[in-house]
Amino acid sequence: MRPTDSFDFAGNVSRALADRQLRRNLRAAMDTLIEKRNSVFPDPQETEALRERGAAIKRRALSRLPALLAQLEEKLTANGIQVHWAETTDAANQAVLDIMRAHGATRLVKGKSMVSEEMHLNPFLQRHGIESMETDLGEFIIQLDNEPPSHIIVPAIHKNRDQVARTFHEKIPDAPYTEDVEELTAIARRTLRRKFFEAQVGLSGVNFAVAETGTLCLVENEGNGRMCTTVPPVHIAVMGLEKVIEKLEDIPPLLRLLTGSATGQLVTTYFNMISGPRKPGEKDGPREVHLIILDNGRTRILADPVMRETLLCVRCGTCLNHCPVYTRLGGHAYGFVYPGPIGEILTPQMEGLARAGVLATASSLCNACEEVCPVKIPIPRLLRRLRRDMAAAADTADPLERLAWKGWALMNRVPLVHALALKAGALLGDRLPAVGPLKAWTGVRTPPRPAARSLHELVRREQGVQNE
Amino acid sequence: MSDTARSNIFARLTRACADFPEVARPRPAAPDPAPDVDLIDLFQERMEAVRTEVHRVPRNDWTAALARIVEEKQIQSLLYGPGTRLAAELESAWPESGPPAPRLRAYDAAVECFKKELFEIDAGITTTRGAIADTGALILWPTEQEPRLISLVPPVHIAVLDAENIYPSFAGAMAQQQWSRGMPTNALLVSGPSKTADIEFTLVFGVHGPEELVVIVRES
Repeated sequence: MRPTDSFDFAGNVSRALADRQLRRNLRAAMDTLIEKRNSVFPDPQETEALRERGAAIKRRALSRLPALLAQLEEKLTANGIQVHWAETTDAANQAVLDIMRAHGATRLVKGKSMVSEEMHLNPFLQRHGIESMETDLGEFIIQLDNEPPSHIIVPAIHKNRDQVARTFHEKIPDAPYTEDVEELTAIARRTLRRKFFEAQVGLSGVNFAVAETGTLCLVENEGNGRMCTTVPPVHIAVMGLEKVIEKLEDIPPLLRLLTGSATGQLVTTYFNMISGPRKPGEKDGPREVHLIILDNGRTRILADPVMRETLLCVRCGTCLNHCPVYTRLGGHAYGFVYPGPIGEILTPQMEGLARAGVLATASSLCNACEEVCPVKIPIPRLLRRLRRDMAAAADTADPLERLAWKGWALMNRVPLVHALALKAGALLGDRLPAVGPLKAWTGVRTPPRPAARSLHELVRREQGVQNE
Repeated sequence: MSDTARSNIFARLTRACADFPEVARPRPAAPDPAPDVDLIDLFQERMEAVRTEVHRVPRNDWTAALARIVEEKQIQSLLYGPGTRLAAELESAWPESGPPAPRLRAYDAAVECFKKELFEIDAGITTTRGAIADTGALILWPTEQEPRLISLVPPVHIAVLDAENIYPSFAGAMAQQQWSRGMPTNALLVSGPSKTADIEFTLVFGVHGPEELVVIVRES
């Protein structure tokens, strides 16, 4: 499901809501994630202090972004890591391909990376005859089914074990049918070990890039990230330019916030800090390490004093887990790479309001996302701002809707019109035929029943409010 | 192309940050308080919670403990990094003419020369640079002598830790060991054997990295 210009959000929503299996899978998963998160943040005051610290670290890094990126580049280069800059996802893809070609490489193993999803790297490499193998178990499952991830952290969360069992049996040569999760995992381990062994290039994302020392940090549980960054002779890392942080000492609070919010872990199995390629005398590790730093609209977002807070995000996915809308839809309905509340603010800014602004409507503004965000992004406030921007872009609004709002404004300005409208509502309210936009509205809602007499009328007739 | 991209990006960054006053650094975190619990106990509890075997042994008895572990797990081949003190003790405990199991294999050449064998070895043993008690994690600091893949490719990873190198927190370990003075090619925190919960949140250990993690804590 690639995003297209004819992105049909309403249709996606209807389809997702009608999928009972999907809703069951998601509800169970989100409840688990919420419970696990709560278990590692037991003290509200400590958690609040930690979130304040995390937000301050990231906000400071954003405010010094030009200096920090320059420092990062200098340190990485001194450490022997080659830095590439990409303004667009096309340029980033091309940079990956150029490195592959320089080595005559045709096989790549990949760790989980949202930026590589943003780039649509896999289909790009396939078109150029390169096998790009996802190695995170969740990503491996959905790659076999040719689907995009439905969650930032647990990409195959929309599938249950029966669905995975069928996929493995059908798509992996010699894989027996089994619904045993340990056996399914063992099948993936066997299949991918061979890929790690053979791969010429490994690709990864970056969770934090430390300017002070030129260190790329990767957070993971499976060990596939370490495999991709250690076994193949070449390692390519890709990151959005907002991932840079100032100092090593910034890592512990951010790591605690990230793993706690993402999966409810005190720390993940592996926290991998890479500061260079193999040095003379060292016996393993890649001989070349490249970092591709991607803009893709981020500098534009940074220029807006309100919306720049979007760039604080550490991609933990906890706003998805706590969102009443995401929990009912899953990630695919959002049509683009980043789903849930963070996607609702990020995607319209990356793709433009005309194409993806509708995502900003997918929220009840209940504030759950802001309450749990580890770096305190005011997501509801940013959503309201995007909605205002959309309303201001009048040429995109429905003419009928504009007319309706003009009528509403008139009614509330002129008392006579207001009184007449109320009378008309009381008389006709129940009998209005459900056609056109009214039908669209009442099709999914119980229509309100106007009272026979308005409050104003009652107050006048009864000479005040009794039985207060 | 990349040069143009670089200058375009920096031009936009500088413009974007023009009205963005520099945000102050948060106050440094308080140093680790004197722990009110035994650090070794806390470390052990946290590591066991992520399915790690922790063996606490007197400093001079660690090779005997290793012998028991190796026998129990029927480890036939054990990979290690030659040239460290740990390696010397290993080599004298398992001389070539000695008992057959385990066969010690020194990681003494570049990975390209023995990749196939590496992927078939039963277990790897490494030193550690310390550990973190509050979250439960080992600090690994691979070197020329002790390459990165010993702790990753074999299905069992045995780590040897000196109890006095357990720090209360990650921040404390980093500060006391002065990491900011220079980082190695690769440094790692390891908390348990590799794991996944990507299918229905069912926790499965041993996905791409080791299936088992064993820590030998040497106490003085």
